[in-house]
Amino acid sequence: MSAAPAATGRARPSPGTRRRRLQGLGDLPAALVFILPATVGFVAFLLWPTLRGIWLSLTDSTAFQPGGFVGLANYERMVADPVFWNAFRVTIWYVVLNIGVQTVLAVLVAVLMHRLTRSMIVRGIILTPYLVSNVVAAMLFLMLLDYQLGFVNEVVEGLGWDRVMFFGDQSLVIPTIAMVNVWRHLGYTALLVFAGLQTIPANLYEAGRVDGASELRMFREITMPLLRPYLGLVLIVTMIGSFQVFDTVSVTTQGGPANASNVVQYYIYEVAFSRGYDFGYASAMSVALMVVLATISIVQFRATRANQNDMA
Amino acid sequence: MTTTAPAPAPPGTGTVTPASAPRRRRRLRRPGLGRVLGWVVLVLVMLATLFPFYWMLRTALSTNAALPGGAADPLPVGFSTEGFRRALGLATPAESLADGGSGASLDFPRYLLNSVVVATLVTAGQIFFSAMAAYAFARLRWPGRDVVYSVFLAGLMVPVIFTLLPNFLLIRDLGLLDTLAGIALPTTIMTPFAVFFLRQFFAGISVEVEEAAKLDGAGRFRTFFTIILPMASPAVATLAILTYMTAWNDYLWPLLVSQSEDSRVLTLALGIFRAQAPQSAPDWAGLMAATLLAALPMLLLFGLFARRIVNSIGFTGIK
Repeated sequence: MSAAPAATGRARPSPGTRRRRLQGLGDLPAALVFILPATVGFVAFLLWPTLRGIWLSLTDSTAFQPGGFVGLANYERMVADPVFWNAFRVTIWYVVLNIGVQTVLAVLVAVLMHRLTRSMIVRGIILTPYLVSNVVAAMLFLMLLDYQLGFVNEVVEGLGWDRVMFFGDQSLVIPTIAMVNVWRHLGYTALLVFAGLQTIPANLYEAGRVDGASELRMFREITMPLLRPYLGLVLIVTMIGSFQVFDTVSVTTQGGPANASNVVQYYIYEVAFSRGYDFGYASAMSVALMVVLATISIVQFRATRANQNDMA
Repeated sequence: MTTTAPAPAPPGTGTVTPASAPRRRRRLRRPGLGRVLGWVVLVLVMLATLFPFYWMLRTALSTNAALPGGAADPLPVGFSTEGFRRALGLATPAESLADGGSGASLDFPRYLLNSVVVATLVTAGQIFFSAMAAYAFARLRWPGRDVVYSVFLAGLMVPVIFTLLPNFLLIRDLGLLDTLAGIALPTTIMTPFAVFFLRQFFAGISVEVEEAAKLDGAGRFRTFFTIILPMASPAVATLAILTYMTAWNDYLWPLLVSQSEDSRVLTLALGIFRAQAPQSAPDWAGLMAATLLAALPMLLLFGLFARRIVNSIGFTGIK
């Protein structure tokens, strides 16, 4: 029996035919009320903007006025835009460095925690950077890596090397930003991997030890194979986040020097809000970025389905 | 550092293997070279994690004039709290300039309040409305349920950045640019993740409890508010903390919407404070004091809820 949606059951529908008719619909009246607010939010701020974003990419809209349909002109411009391709290359390079280093370190830290300690304190400490914003993380490293007063450059000089312009050198700026974000996300990623490790039955390690296997061998033959599906999932999720890098660039270099850190998301922001307010072109690049991310997401959903236990 | 208090799994997590306790005791009896090396690496990682925070505190308590002379000094050089006074806008422009500040200041209490308002609105609204939807998806039977749920889930695939420009236009058309409501609104009603997260949890609550309530004559709404929500409070609390954190740390969306002090949240204020610092000789003491003030609320939150937050990473699986 389903209660009337109008509230506390005081409003009693006339019995008989009405109730029989409602039976086929299950809890529909109540369900509609329950999902109404979320559906409004979903349509207004997710579904409609998604469609509108795709439409905008086919127009010459600006921030100030809606434009007319221009077909694929924005996409043609994108394909011919060297700054876009530079941004794309820079972003890929960033993701490779960021995710590569972060994943290797996260697995190392997670395995060490798994084999050495269950300490909440250790886990808490490594997670701390994740609690502060990207802006705060960027500020910390601006100071630490400063050319004149930064601690790291004091150490570099103390070791007899030349001081390094971490944020000012075209070939170092992306590695530097990638490492700042490794610092912020390492603990988080390690805990994700750690959660995966805990799904591995402990008796496998017992058996390994009885057989006299070394820790290294157990890592290769027990940990890695059983962790791999989970790791795939972690990798894809962190990659999607990594592709959207913006905050750190905005605070530290604003795309410089000479576009060396002008990642896609930053370029989109610039095109839309500081250079010409060109929403049409910015939307086209957003669509391109979404296609890249959607490809990764689809792989993620596949992996999730193949490995549902680890998700729950 | 070696306190290995066994972590009791809070309700709904269950991340600790029961076999861990005896195994640990046995392992501790033979500390081989590998274990020592392992601990060395782990301790180094923890030091590298905490060092930037320490350096922030140390620099915030230094004076700019003394910094060049002791750039590698592990303790504050020329100890002073002027940096904090500048960051808080308590120093006069003349004082500020004399200490190497830019004369610009942060109206810290105001930005703090703005951040609190936005993060609270987002958290309360998002969780309440997402929970309602999650309940309908998890516990009610109605035609079309699975289809609608898949559509919601598909929303997970739309990256946040993609909706930024259209949402900016929408917020502008609603006349909400440069308001806290404009910053909060797009995530105040729902996120697919929150619906997904809560649905998983609601689906795990035993049906008998709900049946009993129904026999007592409780309607769907009373059941939801008096039975389901309280039973799900661990999950709700976890999600609330994560949502609050995300809203608090957001930078790009407020950057688009906010145009003046009225709607400036902390992350933005910090970015602006940095942009105003002279490039040649930045006011490091003031900048680090401001950074510390901006980071402090989240660090305090972490101090209060560390265990829950740490466990939530395993529990939510993926966010």
